[in-house]
Amino acid sequence: MALSPADVSRIAHLARLELSGAEADAMLTQLNGFFGIVEQMSAVDTRGIEPLYTPLSAVQDVTLRLRDDVVTESNNRERNQLSAPAVENGLFLVPKVIE
Amino acid sequence: MSAGELHTLGVAQLSAKLAAREVSSTELTQHLLARAKAHATLGAYLHLDEAGALATAAVADERRAAGKATALTGIPLAHKDIFVTRDMPTTAGSKMLAGYRSPFDATVVARLGNGADDFSGAGMVSLGKLNCDEYAMGSANENSAFGPVRNPWDTSRVPGGSSGGSAAAVAARLVPAATGTDTGGSIRQPASFSGITGIKPTYGVCSRYGMIAFASSLDQAGPMARSAEDCALLLSAMSGFDTRDATSAERPPQDFHAAMLTARDGATAAQPLKGLRIGLPLEFFPAALAADVNGAVRGALAELEKLGATLVDLSLPRTELSIPVYYIIAPAEASSNLSRFDGVKFGHRAKQHGDLLDMYKKTRAEGFGAEVKRRIMIGTYVLSHGYYDAYYLQAQKLRRMIADDFQACFQQCDLIAGPVAPTVAWKLGEQGDDPVKAYLADIFTLSGSLAGLPGMSVPAGFGEHGMPVGLQLIGNYFQEGRLLHAAHALQQATDFHLRTPEGF
Amino acid sequence: MSAPQLIRGYEVVIGLENHVQLSTLSKIFSGASTAFGAEPNTQACPVDLALPGTLPVLNRAAVERAIRFGLAVGAKVAPLSIFARKNYFYPDLPKGYQISQFEIPVVQGGEVEFFVGGEKKKVQLTRAHLEEDAGKSLHEDFQGMSGIDLNRAGTPLLEIVSEPDMRSAQEAVEYAKTLHALVMWLDICDGNMQEGSFRCDVNVSVRKPGRPYGTRREIKNLNSFRYLVDAVNYEVNWQIDQIEDGLPIQQATVLYNPDRGETRAMRSKEDSADYRYFPDPDLPPLVIAPEWVERVKGEMPELPRAMAERFVQQDGLPAYDATMMTQSLGFARYYEASREVCRQPKLVANWLMGEISKRLNAEDRGIEQAPVSPATLATLIQRIHDGTVSNNSARQVFEALWTGADSDVDAIIDAKDLRQSKDSGALEKIVDEVIAANPKSVEEYRAGKDKAFNALVGQVMKASKGKANPAQASELLKQKL
Repeated sequence: MALSPADVSRIAHLARLELSGAEADAMLTQLNGFFGIVEQMSAVDTRGIEPLYTPLSAVQDVTLRLRDDVVTESNNRERNQLSAPAVENGLFLVPKVIE
Repeated sequence: MSAGELHTLGVAQLSAKLAAREVSSTELTQHLLARAKAHATLGAYLHLDEAGALATAAVADERRAAGKATALTGIPLAHKDIFVTRDMPTTAGSKMLAGYRSPFDATVVARLGNGADDFSGAGMVSLGKLNCDEYAMGSANENSAFGPVRNPWDTSRVPGGSSGGSAAAVAARLVPAATGTDTGGSIRQPASFSGITGIKPTYGVCSRYGMIAFASSLDQAGPMARSAEDCALLLSAMSGFDTRDATSAERPPQDFHAAMLTARDGATAAQPLKGLRIGLPLEFFPAALAADVNGAVRGALAELEKLGATLVDLSLPRTELSIPVYYIIAPAEASSNLSRFDGVKFGHRAKQHGDLLDMYKKTRAEGFGAEVKRRIMIGTYVLSHGYYDAYYLQAQKLRRMIADDFQACFQQCDLIAGPVAPTVAWKLGEQGDDPVKAYLADIFTLSGSLAGLPGMSVPAGFGEHGMPVGLQLIGNYFQEGRLLHAAHALQQATDFHLRTPEGF
Repeated sequence: MSAPQLIRGYEVVIGLENHVQLSTLSKIFSGASTAFGAEPNTQACPVDLALPGTLPVLNRAAVERAIRFGLAVGAKVAPLSIFARKNYFYPDLPKGYQISQFEIPVVQGGEVEFFVGGEKKKVQLTRAHLEEDAGKSLHEDFQGMSGIDLNRAGTPLLEIVSEPDMRSAQEAVEYAKTLHALVMWLDICDGNMQEGSFRCDVNVSVRKPGRPYGTRREIKNLNSFRYLVDAVNYEVNWQIDQIEDGLPIQQATVLYNPDRGETRAMRSKEDSADYRYFPDPDLPPLVIAPEWVERVKGEMPELPRAMAERFVQQDGLPAYDATMMTQSLGFARYYEASREVCRQPKLVANWLMGEISKRLNAEDRGIEQAPVSPATLATLIQRIHDGTVSNNSARQVFEALWTGADSDVDAIIDAKDLRQSKDSGALEKIVDEVIAANPKSVEEYRAGKDKAFNALVGQVMKASKGKANPAQASELLKQKL
């Protein structure tokens, strides 16, 4: 099943990517080319197969390791904001947020 | 030997020379910095940190004088620019991060360097940051926002990718060792294209903290150097459990160098690999495999046989399927991992923009390159409402089947071998605008990555146009020692890894 | 349950989603402090800021608090749950995704019980899951821009989701209050609503009785119980107006404006969300071993419901009183302390539900700030019980205690000369005078009219200026007549 130009603009919006008309056209062709090689996946019967979200769980139980509730980080605002595009009084500035 | 030849030595040899006080880290560092500048046209370095390197070298020399040196103290290396560094810029090969300064060092960087400035690290001297495909997405290093990297064996050809700068720098003897990362082959394939040795360890062996994430369930750091021995030395220093990475494997520190040197039961001087069963998946030797690559790989396998190994034919039936499975999972994770690049907290923000939504869209449109955008689009699509089950979930199920296939194979063999890539390095620009063509070329490295298995590329000989060919070795989980042992044995019997490209 | 009350002929259907900030020292996935009120972005570490290369590591204390809650509401604590990424772009969401739980939450099911008026109400819980809080957008003008403070980003949240079991704003607010008291009782949340530690999202829809559910609108981020009631009532009438005008109701997320007393749809939520949930590859499955759950169970305080049951069994309180006594841990502790001293459970309960609650509410104080200590209340109750003071006099004593005039019950009784007289000599004299002075009433009493007798007792009390003990007085009267 091929993607439509509408799909491309919907996905681009979800991904917050502005695509020029030319970019969108090329993208459509390339994505459809890619999904051409994806179709073989659907042919495989995977009923009863558990997804493998993290590789080692193929051979062992992988469980989440937890940290103790300790404050380890101190204020390092200046360094952390070194590469911030716009800052004022320690706040990151962005175009007005409308709720 | 004169200071002018120091670049011809590998990590192990330099370690001996430094220990014997035949050379200082400062001399070594000065020489390699000069060499890096002399060969700037390769495009291997994105940032050369002369002052920082010399300062660290001085510290290393003091540390040695104080008797606190490790085997690696004072030896120069350079980092793939996907690792964040406190004292150098980090770009991930992306315009999005041009000029970005991280407030902290990646765990791998700290462990190879001076740790938390407390000598807890190995004390290696970082010369700078190496070029790579943008966010490690690519297999030719042609996707870097800061220009391509050239292959020292033929500068009209690509060095492979995404760790292309690391491969080229080591191959051109600009540095004895470099860090790389491998998500779907990004250490193994450039190592193969550039005639060096590289190992991607088992998922979880090296901490991912401070490695800019591409695909979190696949990314692994690893060393790239001339020999298996040099890789073993680096891997011992950079690996190990890290509380900052919830996916890091909780295991005691490993001495991979010792493991590499440990003789097999029943081994003899002539047959160090006696009893080692090497499996050859028939899917790794398809008709499409280039004759020169096939020839070199078969040659190396013959050598391994001479060394006592036995070759076993077997099958990895879902090898071709691993391409779509990987190119669904990796972009899905990437599309989410790259959402933080939104022009709010750090990095590029579009100069001209309207409201918030427009700021996001223009910032990301300007900051990301074509391949990154493609993968974000693929990943966003396969995760979006109504497509998740058919694509992402199905891919993760197939991923388990692929991992199970490997376990079945390891019932019959100790290692799996095959080519790293179907061809030798191609010419810059040759791949053109067809991403799928490039994806298909990853066929031999993807399945091991999906399973999270350790894999190596070892120089196996040379193909057309005198371009290097790598032999891929894949081990079972946490079998890095066995991989390195076999590769080391091969390198004791061959000299492919010692050859230097003309002019370097 | 009785038939649901109708508003303008419509049944109201309400479900709540509460965001409860868990009282951990550090954030859910980083070692930064969660303390409230710090300078902007001084408590946002590289992980909270989503700086390149950072990774999340889960805080054990957040999980433990979720387990406590699960046990408290009789829910299933999932032996395995999964953290997922909820992907969307917003400036207060640094990673471009929120780490939450989607398909398999840590707490599954459970129920919350409370009283509405005198009637017991049960609300089923759907789930409770762990997630990270977002930062804050400050909207006051910075050259036409918004300022982003990410100190709050990464604060652990337990999102508690109820079934749409509530049928009025009253039920909704009682549910919210009960939940609020419970999380504080369990010591998993400081309950500070002004600081946003306990936030309510309310899903509201209306329907004609017996019809399928109507389209719901979600009122977000209500941080006061009063606003909750006002917002729901406004929303309900707004929805009914729409329907009555033949207009459709669109599913929407709305905000309540307390100044205007109105709800309005949020612009930022307009484009239909597609969150692209998927398991977070940075966080393997959260596994909670049975031993852990058992340990937490062992450390749990006695729960309100169990305690109320105990008050019914051992103190003989009515169920309603018992629930009132366990409306908060402070209340229960006060009740127990006072009852311990005077051994008059029902009287203590009456005072707590009556005079004390009345004054606390009036002064908007918590039981912890009550100026009258449990022991003092107990003494007062004893004085009533042993006949030292009448109920009416006791109120005067209590007034003095509450206003802090004095804290010694007996001192106040004497100072105000409120002691009921027990001197039968003086009383006999009064009784004789009353009988002499009221022949008519005496006649009627002898003729068998009880009312007349009460009148005589009243006279005696009056003559004794209320100090006579009524029982003693009627005793004497009976003898003399």
